[in-house]
Amino acid sequence: MLGAIGLLLACQLVGEVVTRGAGLPVPGPVAGLALLIVILRLRPGLAARIRPTVTVILANLSLLFVPAGVGVIGNLDALSAHGPALIVVLVVSTLLAMLAAVGTFIGVRRLTERPAP
Amino acid sequence: MTDVAQLWSYLSATPLLWLTATVLAYVLADALARRLGNPPWANPVLMSVCLIAPVLWITATDYATYFEGAQFIHFLLGPATVALALPLVDNLDTIRRSVAPILLALLAGSVVAVCSAILLALALGLPEAVILSLSPKSTTAPVALGVSEAVGGIPTLTAVLVILTGIIGAVTVTPLMTLLRVRDWRARGFAVGVAAHGIGTARAFQVNQTAGAYAGIGMALNALLTSLIVPLIVRWLV
Repeated sequence: MLGAIGLLLACQLVGEVVTRGAGLPVPGPVAGLALLIVILRLRPGLAARIRPTVTVILANLSLLFVPAGVGVIGNLDALSAHGPALIVVLVVSTLLAMLAAVGTFIGVRRLTERPAP
Repeated sequence: MTDVAQLWSYLSATPLLWLTATVLAYVLADALARRLGNPPWANPVLMSVCLIAPVLWITATDYATYFEGAQFIHFLLGPATVALALPLVDNLDTIRRSVAPILLALLAGSVVAVCSAILLALALGLPEAVILSLSPKSTTAPVALGVSEAVGGIPTLTAVLVILTGIIGAVTVTPLMTLLRVRDWRARGFAVGVAAHGIGTARAFQVNQTAGAYAGIGMALNALLTSLIVPLIVRWLV
């Protein structure tokens, strides 16, 4: 378990150093994710060793968003002033984004899996 | 007998109290969601916030004090993002076969998420600082905060809008996809990952492992794309 946590933290650290050092617009953890993909491809045996820890983390991903979510109490002014409008924007925009993504995914998949003669 | 006021002043000065409260609230919320069979509306993040926020309000605890304890959990968002590499590698063969749908759906979902939020907010007459704070709402929290700051938004407001977006996506994805009769777990997962980041991804993992892996891909790719396109779109629309 500690080995897995060490590996995740090390990937994030390298990701932060590289992106900040090079001034890339990519977030550090996302660069760390890309690095871990490369490491897992080079050393496939590592996957089995980090799997138990990673499974626990991803199964409880929701917990990690609770502290930011509680931040709602610090923004009650902005939220109560514009609450209804903000909720409309968030709901409509999120539904539109999901529709655009799922429609494009299925449309392109059909085109590429069964190319027109 | 222990002086209650003295005990409280000790507890409220250490990170222990609010760290424990956050974990316990989540354990309770997650157990309740499981017992109910993980229905879309019983979102663990939403339920945990609804348990903690009133306690903070009653005890007159400000967010900065709460966050001293909760930061240890918040910090884990970074390593958890890195951990998404494992389901990605597990699904690399199927991902290779759907590169074109993934990249085009990413572009469509990401651009629609940013543009629709800005245009709707403009139409409803929201102030500029709020519109800028809204623009990166579909991407994962650590990325959205950086983007918000860069374009002139309010990062703490962005954090809340990002979480609300995640909850909205997680609550609506199952009914929406069922209504549209979408049975492809890859498409369902990918869409919710692009539109509703990690909270949507957590929901996808609750429903189906393939959907979860594709949601993780959508979230990771959208973290990249949003940080690139928001500054351009903001300059063009706002």
